[in-house]
Amino acid sequence: MPEKTRDELVQIDFKPPEREWMDPAIDFEARRGTWSYPGAAKNLRYLGFPNPREWSPTDEDWQLPENWQQIIHDGLAERLNKYRSLKLFLDVCVRCGACADKCHFYLGSGDPKNMPVLRAELLRSVYRNDFTAAGKILGRIGGARKLTPAVLKEWFYYFYQCTECRRCSVFCPYGIDTAEITMLARELLNLVGLNINWVIEPVANCDRTGNHLGIQPHTFKDNIEFLVDELEGATGVRVAPSINRKGAELLFVVPSADYFAEPGIYTFMGYLLLLHALGVDYTLSAYASEGGNFGLFTSHDTIKRLNYKIYHEAKRLGVKWILGGECGHMWRVIHQYMDTMNGPADFLEPPVSPITGTAFTNAAATKMVHICEFTADLIKHGKLRLDPSRNDHLRVTFHDSCNPARAMGILEEPRYILRSVARNFFEMPENTIREQTFCCGAGAGLGNDENMEMRLRGGLPRANAVRFVHEKHGVNRLACICAIDRATLTTLMEYWVPEVDVSGVHELVGNALVIDGEKPRDTDLRGRPLAGGKGDADA
Amino acid sequence: MRVVWSFLLVVLLAAIAFFGAEAGGQALFGVVFPYVAMVVFLVGIAARVLSWARSTVPFRIPTTCGQQRSLPWIKPAPLDNPSTGRGAAARVLLEVLTFRSLFRNTRSELRPGGRFTFSPDKWLWAGALAFHYSFLVVFLRHYRFFAEPVPAVVGWIEGLDGFFQVGLPVVYLTDIVLVAALGFLLWRRLEDARLRYLSLHADYFPLALLLGIAVTGVLLRYFVRPDVVRVKELAIGLVGLHPAVPQGISPLVFAHIFLVTVLLAYFPFSKLVHMAGVFLSPTRNLANDNRMRRHVNPWNPAIVGHTYAEWEHEFHDKLKASGIPLDEE
Ligand code: HEM
Ligand code: SF4
Ligand code: SF4
Repeated sequence: MPEKTRDELVQIDFKPPEREWMDPAIDFEARRGTWSYPGAAKNLRYLGFPNPREWSPTDEDWQLPENWQQIIHDGLAERLNKYRSLKLFLDVCVRCGACADKCHFYLGSGDPKNMPVLRAELLRSVYRNDFTAAGKILGRIGGARKLTPAVLKEWFYYFYQCTECRRCSVFCPYGIDTAEITMLARELLNLVGLNINWVIEPVANCDRTGNHLGIQPHTFKDNIEFLVDELEGATGVRVAPSINRKGAELLFVVPSADYFAEPGIYTFMGYLLLLHALGVDYTLSAYASEGGNFGLFTSHDTIKRLNYKIYHEAKRLGVKWILGGECGHMWRVIHQYMDTMNGPADFLEPPVSPITGTAFTNAAATKMVHICEFTADLIKHGKLRLDPSRNDHLRVTFHDSCNPARAMGILEEPRYILRSVARNFFEMPENTIREQTFCCGAGAGLGNDENMEMRLRGGLPRANAVRFVHEKHGVNRLACICAIDRATLTTLMEYWVPEVDVSGVHELVGNALVIDGEKPRDTDLRGRPLAGGKGDADA
Repeated sequence: MRVVWSFLLVVLLAAIAFFGAEAGGQALFGVVFPYVAMVVFLVGIAARVLSWARSTVPFRIPTTCGQQRSLPWIKPAPLDNPSTGRGAAARVLLEVLTFRSLFRNTRSELRPGGRFTFSPDKWLWAGALAFHYSFLVVFLRHYRFFAEPVPAVVGWIEGLDGFFQVGLPVVYLTDIVLVAALGFLLWRRLEDARLRYLSLHADYFPLALLLGIAVTGVLLRYFVRPDVVRVKELAIGLVGLHPAVPQGISPLVFAHIFLVTVLLAYFPFSKLVHMAGVFLSPTRNLANDNRMRRHVNPWNPAIVGHTYAEWEHEFHDKLKASGIPLDEE
C-alpha cells in the first residue's frame, strides 16, 4: 500500500501545468509509485530480446543502443506500412477532446498526458517530425518533436501507464484506439530494450514452462490436486481432472492465476465442479497451461509466439475443440488474434456442446469457446441443477472486464449466469459498465507493487462505482471474468471499498451447483457459512 | 497565443488577396491559385487515401460497443457490435452521418470525497453536427455559381434554407448556424483548460480559416453585394476550363476565394483528412466475426513457439516423476 491515504489520493488537480506538453520532463525519482521496474536482463536474454542490461528509470543514462533513434525511426516506418490502424490514427485525430476524460488514469491522476489524445500525441509528434511534410517544414509550430532522450523517457512512462483498455476508442468519432497506439509504441520501446519486468518475466516464464507464473509440470499437477482436495472438503465431491490426456474431447485452457492463488482458485474449483457434474470429457494441459498472453503487452510477434502452444497442444492431444476459462486479455487474443496468427485450426472440429448439442457457430473458425458461453447455454437448456439460495450471503455486482467488453462483446452471458445462480444481483451505474466499463487500473502488465499509487488512482473510477452499489444495495461481492481483475480488483477493493470481495463468475456457479453425492453444503467454496443455512432464503 | 497567430494569419491571407486583387492580381487569385489548389487538393487527398490503403490491416480489431452475436437466444447489437460486413458498413455510415460515437459523450466531474459523476454531454456532438451540416449545405448552395442553369436541387436547398425568413435578401439559416457553430467550437477550445492545453496551431488554424471564409461570405452576401453575374462568369469559366476574369468584381470576392483556395491546399496535409479517414478506421469498419471467419494477415510472420517436444525434453524427469503422460519414454 502506498503511503498516501484515501483522502490524499482523491485530491486530484485537473489544472494543466504551466509547462507546455511539448516540453518533456519526467522526474522518475519524484514519481515513485507510478511506474514499473524495467525488464530484468535475464528475461530479455532468455527471450532473445534486444539490449538486455540492468538499469533503472531513475538513471540518467538508460544505456540505449548507440543508434537508438534510427532503430525507432525504422521500426516506426515498418509499422506504418504494416498497420493501417497506426497510420490512420496518427493522421486523423482532430483533438476534439472527446476521449480526454474517458481514461481512468486521467481521471485518477489529473495528469494531462494521461488523456488518450495526449498519450497518442507523444508518438504523433515524433511521427510528424519524421514522416510528414508539414511536420518537417513547420517543426514545433506544426506540432512536431524530435525524438530526444527526454521524449523517449516520456514514452516509457506513459505507454506503460496505459492499460490498453480501449475505453477511449468507444467515444472517439473515428474510433481512434489509443490501446493500439500503446501496443505499437511498446513494440518500438522493446526494440531498444525498454520494457517492464512485470510483463517480460511472465512472457519468459510462459515461453519456457507454459504459463506466466513459471509453474513447472509437477507443481502444476500438485496445485491441481491440492485444489481437488479442497473442493472435496467443501462439497464432499471428488473431481478427477486429467492432465495432458490424449483423446479427450475438449482441451480446457485457463489463466494460470486460477490454479495458483486466491481468489482465482475458487473460480477454478467452480469450473472443475461444473465439468465434473456434467461428465464432460476434457483434459487440462501442463504445457498449454496459460490462457493469458502477456505478449499482448509486448509485441504482436510475442503474442503469436506464446499463443502457439494452445493449437499445438490441441493438435497433439487430438481433442475436438477448446474451451477457455475466464480471463480478459486472454480473450482479446483468442478472439481477435489467435486464428489469424496461429490458425487455421482445421485439425479441430466446429465446437458443439456435448451436453446440449448447441453448435457454437460464433466460434466456427477459431474453435474456441468461452466458458461463459458454454455455461449460459447449459443453464438455458436446463442442464444444471442450481440452488441460487446458496449465494444468498452474497450481494453481487458485475465488473465488465475491458477486453471481453470492448474487444469481443461478451456482456449478457455472464449476467445471465449470475442472475441464474444468485438472487441478489445489482448493476453498477450505466456509464461504468458494459462497453463503458472502467478498467481495474492495473491491466496490461501494470499490476505490480511498485506501481501501486498509479494502480489505485487508475482504479478509482471503478472503485467509486462499486462503492456506490455497496452503499445503495449492500453489495459485498464483485464478480468478473478476468484473472488479472481477480488479483488487481482485490487490492483495489482492500484500499477503496474493503467491504467488497472479488470473485469469478464460476465460483458462484460452483456455490449454487447441486451435484449428485454432495454433502450438505453449509459453506460456500471459500468455506464461508451460507446465509442462515441452506434454503432459508426461500421462505 | 496560438489562437491569435492563427487569426492573424487568416486576416493576413485575406488582406493579401484583397489588395493583391485590387492591384491587378485578379487572374492570380481568381484563376491560377484556385487551379493549383484544386490540383493539390485532389492529388493530395488521393495520395493520402492511397497511403492508408497501402498499409495492411493485419488483424480484425473492431472496438465492440455492444453485445456480440453468440448464442441464438441472446440479442446481439447489430450496429455497435456488427457481425456482418453490412452491419459494419451501417456502423460507419451512421458514424459519418450522425457522429454516433460523439453522441455517447459524457462529462466527468470530481465531487467532494473523491466521487466521480458522469453526465451526458451532447454539446460537442451538437456543435460538430451543426457545423458540418451547415458547411455542407453552404457548399451545395454554391453550385448556383458553377452551373447554368442552376440545378433544381440547389433551388430546393435554398428554399428550405431560407424558409424561416421573409424579406430581401433572404437570410439563410445555415449562414447563421455555420458562424455560430464555428464560434462555439472555437470557444470550447479556449474555455476548457485541458483542451486549450492540448490544442495546436493546427487546431486553431482550420477554425480561423473556416470562420474567415464564412465571414467574408456573409459580408459578400448581405453587405457588399458584388455583381453576382460576373462572379458566376468567373466561376463557370473556372469549372469549364476556359477561365476568364471579368472586370469589376469586388476585391472582397477574391479574399473569399483565396481563403477557400488556402483551405483546399491545406486540407490534405492537415487533420482535415479525417473526412476520408473516418471511412477506413479499422476499429469501426470491420465486423466482429473473428471467431466465425478467418481473417488473413498478408505478412503473417512464421513464428513457432516453444514446441511440445522441446518442453517435454526439458521437463522430462519431472513429468515422469509426477506421472503425466509423455510422448517419448
Ligand atoms: C465525411 C465527412 C466528415 C465527417 C464524418 C466529419 C466528422 C467530424 C467529427 C466527428 C469531428 C469531431 C467533432 C468536432 O471537433 O467538431 C470533426 C471535426 C472537425 N471537422 Fe469534420 N468531418 C467531415 C468533413 C469535414 C470537412 C469537409 C471539413 C472542413 C472543410 C471538416 C472540418 C472539421 C474541423 C475544422 C473540425 C474540428 C473542429 C474543432 O476544432 O473543434 N470536416 N469532423
Ligand atoms: S476523441 Fe478521437 S479525434 Fe477526438 S481527440 Fe480523442 S483521439 Fe482525437
Ligand atoms: S486504452 Fe484505456 S488506459 Fe489507454 S489511453 Fe485509452 S482509456 Fe486510457
